[in-house]
Amino acid sequence: MKLLLILPILIPLITAAFCLLLWRRRTAQRLLGALGSAAHLLVALLLLWTVRQDGILATQVGNWPAPFGITLVADLLSAIMTVLGALMGFTVVIYSLTSMDSDRESFGYYAFFHLLLMGVSGVFLTGDLFNLYVWFEVMLLSSFILLALGGEKHQLEGAIKYVTLNLVSSALFLTALGILYGMLGTLNMADLALQISEGKHAGVISTLSMLFLVAFGIKSALFPLFFWLPASYHTPPVAVSAIFAGLLTKVGVYTLIRVFSLLFAMDIAYTHTIILVIAGLTMVTGVLGAMAQNEFRRILSFHIISQVGYMVLGLGLFTPLALAGSIFYIMHHIIVKTNLFLVSGVARRLQGSYQLDRLGGLYQTAPALTVIFMISAFSLAGIPPLSGFWAKLILVKASLDMSGYIIAATALGVGLLTLFSMAKIWAAAFWGEAPETTALGAEQPWKTFSLAEKTALYLPMILLGALTLTIGLMSQPFFELATTAAEQLLSPAGYIDAVLGGK
Amino acid sequence: MEILAAIVVGVLFGCGIYLLMSRSPVRLIIGLVLLSNAINLLIFVAADLIRGKAPLIPPDALRSAEATADPLPQALILTAIVISFGVLAFALVLFSRTFKSTDATSLDEMKTTDT
Repeated sequence: MKLLLILPILIPLITAAFCLLLWRRRTAQRLLGALGSAAHLLVALLLLWTVRQDGILATQVGNWPAPFGITLVADLLSAIMTVLGALMGFTVVIYSLTSMDSDRESFGYYAFFHLLLMGVSGVFLTGDLFNLYVWFEVMLLSSFILLALGGEKHQLEGAIKYVTLNLVSSALFLTALGILYGMLGTLNMADLALQISEGKHAGVISTLSMLFLVAFGIKSALFPLFFWLPASYHTPPVAVSAIFAGLLTKVGVYTLIRVFSLLFAMDIAYTHTIILVIAGLTMVTGVLGAMAQNEFRRILSFHIISQVGYMVLGLGLFTPLALAGSIFYIMHHIIVKTNLFLVSGVARRLQGSYQLDRLGGLYQTAPALTVIFMISAFSLAGIPPLSGFWAKLILVKASLDMSGYIIAATALGVGLLTLFSMAKIWAAAFWGEAPETTALGAEQPWKTFSLAEKTALYLPMILLGALTLTIGLMSQPFFELATTAAEQLLSPAGYIDAVLGGK
Repeated sequence: MEILAAIVVGVLFGCGIYLLMSRSPVRLIIGLVLLSNAINLLIFVAADLIRGKAPLIPPDALRSAEATADPLPQALILTAIVISFGVLAFALVLFSRTFKSTDATSLDEMKTTDT
C-alpha cells in the first residue's frame, strides 16, 4: 500500500538509471524506455484505483512522523495527475521510437525523459513544500537538457530563454518558501494549512501567496509571465515539444490549485479575484497571439497559454463545480494538446515543414492523420460532443452560477477564436493544395518507413484520439471523478487528517 | 545582526535583478548567482538567528518549549546550494555553447525564436 505511493517516482528513476548504465546500447535503451513507461502507467492507474476506493493515501518517508519527516500523499487530484503524466510519458516514448533521431537517442534521451517523468510524479505526490521545490528542480533540469539536447542553433536560443525565466521562477518560489518557514516553522503542507487556518500572520501570508502566484504563474505561463513559452516550445524535436506541451505548464497549474485550495484559502475575495482576472487575460492574450502565427507548433504553443487560462479560471471562481471544471479541463487538455503536437510531427515527416504555407493536401495523402487532427482540434475548440465541449460547458456554467457574466463571455469568445485558429491549420495544411515540392530535402521519405515504424507513430495518436472521444461520449464517470477530486480540495480537513492523523 | 543581514539580502536581490536585466550574458549569469545567494541568506535569517541554545527536545514533547536554534534552515540552504550549483553549471555551459554557435555578443541578438 505504502509502496504504491513511492513506485510512480521509483520506476522512472530505475529506468533512467539503467538507461544510463546501458549508455552505448541504443536498442536496449529504447526497449527499456518503453517498458519502463508502461510499468509507470500501470502503477499510476493502480494508484488512482486505490485512491478512488480507499480515499486519500499518505506515507511518511523513513517513518519520521509528520510534520517532521517528508510526507508523500495522494488525494484524487494527485492521483489523476500522476495517471495523466504517466500516460503522456508512455505515448510519447512510443512515438519517440520512430520520431527521435538516433544521435539524440545515443546521448541519453530516454534517461532524461524518465528523469523528467520522475520529477513530474514527485511534484504530484509530495506533501512537503521544500520537497516540492526539489522535485521542481529535478523536472526543470531534465527539461533543460531535453530542450537543448542536439544543440541546434534555434534550440539553444530557445533554451536560454526557458532556462533563465524558469530559474527566476524557482528563485521566487524558494524565497516565498523560506519566509513562510521563518514565520510558521514548518514545511509540511498539511501542517501549514492547519496553522494558516488558525489565522496567524494573516496579512503577511496574503502577501506571500502573491509571491507564490508569481512563481507558479511563470511555470504555468500565466499572463503576463508567459513569454518564455512561445519562444521555446517550438524549437526542440516534436516528441520533446509534445511532452512539454502536455505536462510542464500543467504541473504549474497543479501546484497553483494545490496551494490556493489547501494553504491560501483564507482571503478568497482578494486572492482568488486576482487569479480570476489573470485567468481572463491569459485566455485572451494566448488566443490572440495564436491568431498572428503561421507555423503549426507556434500556433499550438500560444493555445497552451489560452487553455491554461481556462484551468486557472476554475480556481479563481473557487466553487465545487468550477474546481471540478478545472480538473476536467486539465484531463481533457493534456490529452488533446499532446496529440495535436504529435500530429504536427507526422505532418512534418510527410511534407518536411511546420510552416502552414509549405503544407497542404494532407486530407488526401494521410486520411487517418486528418481524422485524428479533426477530433483533437475540434475538441480543443469545444465542439460537442467532444471532451473540450464538456470541459468548457462546466466552466461556463460555474461562471454563470456566480454571476460572472464577463468571464463566461470571455471563455466563450476565446473558444470561438480557438476554432478560428484550428480552422486555419485545417484549411492550410489538410485541405489546401499540396505543395509541388516538399521541403524534406535529404530526409528519409515517408514511403520508406517500415510498418512497425509507422505503427509507433500512429498508435499513440490513435490511443489519445480514442481517449478524447471516450471522454466526450461518456463524460459522466470522468466528471464524477473530477467532482470528487474537487470536493476533496474544498474540504482540506480530509487531507490534513490523512497526513497528520497517524501521530 | 538581523538588520544587517536584511540589508545585505536586499542589496544582493537588487544587484541580482539589475544584472538579470542587462544584455550581456555574463552579467545575466552573475545575476542568477547573486540571486541564489541572496535567497540562501534570506532563508538563514528568516528563521530567526538564535545563539547558544541547542535544539534539544525532551523525549515526550513534540516541540521545545522555548525558542532554540533551528538546524533545519541550514539543511534547506545546503540543499538549495547543491541544486543551484548544478543548475548554474548547466546554465554556464548552455550560454557558452550558444554564444559559440551563434557568434552573438548580446542577448538582443537572440530573437529568431521569438514571435
